[in-house]
Amino acid sequence: MKRSQHLLAVAGLALAVWAMSYGFYYAVWIEHQTLDHIGGSLAGAFQHAALRETAASHASLDDYARAKYVYTREVDAHSHWIGLAMILMVLAALWDRLSFGEGVRGMLALVLIAGAYGFPLGVLIQNYVGSGVGQGIAVAASGLMIVAFGLVAVGFARER
Amino acid sequence: MGGDALRAGPPLHGVMVTASGTSNGARAAAAFPRPGARRLLVLGGLALFLGGTILGDVFAIFILHPNADRIGQALAAATAAVRQHRAEDAGQSFAAIGGFLENRGTKVDAHSHMIGFGYLAMLLAILYPWVRLSETTSRRLAAMLITGGVVLPVGVFAIHYVGLAYSPLESIGWASIVADAAGLLVVIACAGFLAGLWRQWRSGETPAEDALLRERSWAGRVLMAGGTLLILAGFLHGAWYAGVDLYAQEKQERDLLGAMADSAALDPGPGVIPERAGTALNAYGMLQADHAVKIAAHSHMIEFGLIGLLAGFFQPFVFLSEAWKRRWAVVLLLGSVTLPVAVLLELRYGLLAGGFADAGGALVITALAGMLAGVLRFTGQLDAASEPVGAGGRA
Repeated sequence: MKRSQHLLAVAGLALAVWAMSYGFYYAVWIEHQTLDHIGGSLAGAFQHAALRETAASHASLDDYARAKYVYTREVDAHSHWIGLAMILMVLAALWDRLSFGEGVRGMLALVLIAGAYGFPLGVLIQNYVGSGVGQGIAVAASGLMIVAFGLVAVGFARER
Repeated sequence: MGGDALRAGPPLHGVMVTASGTSNGARAAAAFPRPGARRLLVLGGLALFLGGTILGDVFAIFILHPNADRIGQALAAATAAVRQHRAEDAGQSFAAIGGFLENRGTKVDAHSHMIGFGYLAMLLAILYPWVRLSETTSRRLAAMLITGGVVLPVGVFAIHYVGLAYSPLESIGWASIVADAAGLLVVIACAGFLAGLWRQWRSGETPAEDALLRERSWAGRVLMAGGTLLILAGFLHGAWYAGVDLYAQEKQERDLLGAMADSAALDPGPGVIPERAGTALNAYGMLQADHAVKIAAHSHMIEFGLIGLLAGFFQPFVFLSEAWKRRWAVVLLLGSVTLPVAVLLELRYGLLAGGFADAGGALVITALAGMLAGVLRFTGQLDAASEPVGAGGRA
């Protein structure tokens, strides 16, 4: 078993454990309150409109949009971390079949790991440091993942 | 285990365990012992995936569309209540929408978590030779993972029905508490396997060759190639969706809801729902549908790609003739392509495409059930022939 292969397996399972721990924490301490907030602000927007309180209605709608934006990214980070963790693990099992030398395999493993950890992180930090920085990280990391995965597919296709 | 005789299927009787324990069958029995962790992970994982897929298909056919209609009707009622100055009724309509969304969300979560835990179990079965733990510890961890993998989706499914009845907490009911505890079991099990993987890495020892990692049959190669392409397609589709649609749709959703509320409150005219509000309501429904089909297509491409890859690994354990193994591989990939493509076409072709999507899901379920039957036949043959050797397994 090569070093890059073991690295992928350990990094993949560690990412899965991290993603599930994050999901557990989120489900217990954040999700229910967030969903109540989203539902409450949307209902509030229409109730204010019914009372012809336009400014308050708009404020509630903005609150709803912001809460839903944050919620979407929190859930997306969890689901993408776990999904990418599983892809790292399955690639680890297939790694021997890649028709590249250990140097290229090691580089590909590092790129895949950086993408798998970085893409959901980029999605999540859009909630905290502004969408531009987060989007930049997410786009760069997903680009790395796609290129590396494409190369992996080529490596499998060239299997001897 | 493995070898051509095993992969061929029926001649298995002839190569089973011998007294010397040196045949392919002996290696098979050692790699896949009767009460062993690996067998538990493979069978539990396949069963979880199958259960999750069946739940998803039933949900899509019987709940998804009627639920979407009810949400649309409640939103229209809320808009009409705004028009008629009935703030309390508007609030009640949104309470109803919250219930419909919870009904939908918990079923989607139960479906996706069951499938996700199925993947995890199967992946751990594949990585098992690299995990340096005793068989007893591995078996306990595997049992913990499968138990958590079953209980969490059941708990999530029950959230909508149990609600906050008898709950000691303000916003979390008993079903959520059970689901969260089950999630913790899965986390602990995976952390245990991670520790085993780390110990193996630190030891520097090379694990024994393993049949799952050497699979080269036609069915295995086709499943792995098809799975890789599906995952790549899912990545590209997701990137395209995030770049082109995601942010625009989020802004559009806020604008449409604002137009509904503003128009109902301020537009002149006699209607229960003014024309501008009605147009916004219809556009909102289409937006939600567009969002749902794109997310579903993206996630199903990647999920089915993963199951294709995993099923490719398990071909040595599928005790069927080569012809049937090939048929199930082709059926699995056909269903895996049909479902996401048909889901994407649902907005244009409606129920016709929806029917094709459901049929695609049914193809995947049928193929996996066929493979699971093959794995069960394989384990039955192993058990019947390996009695003198015993459960064996790892130290």
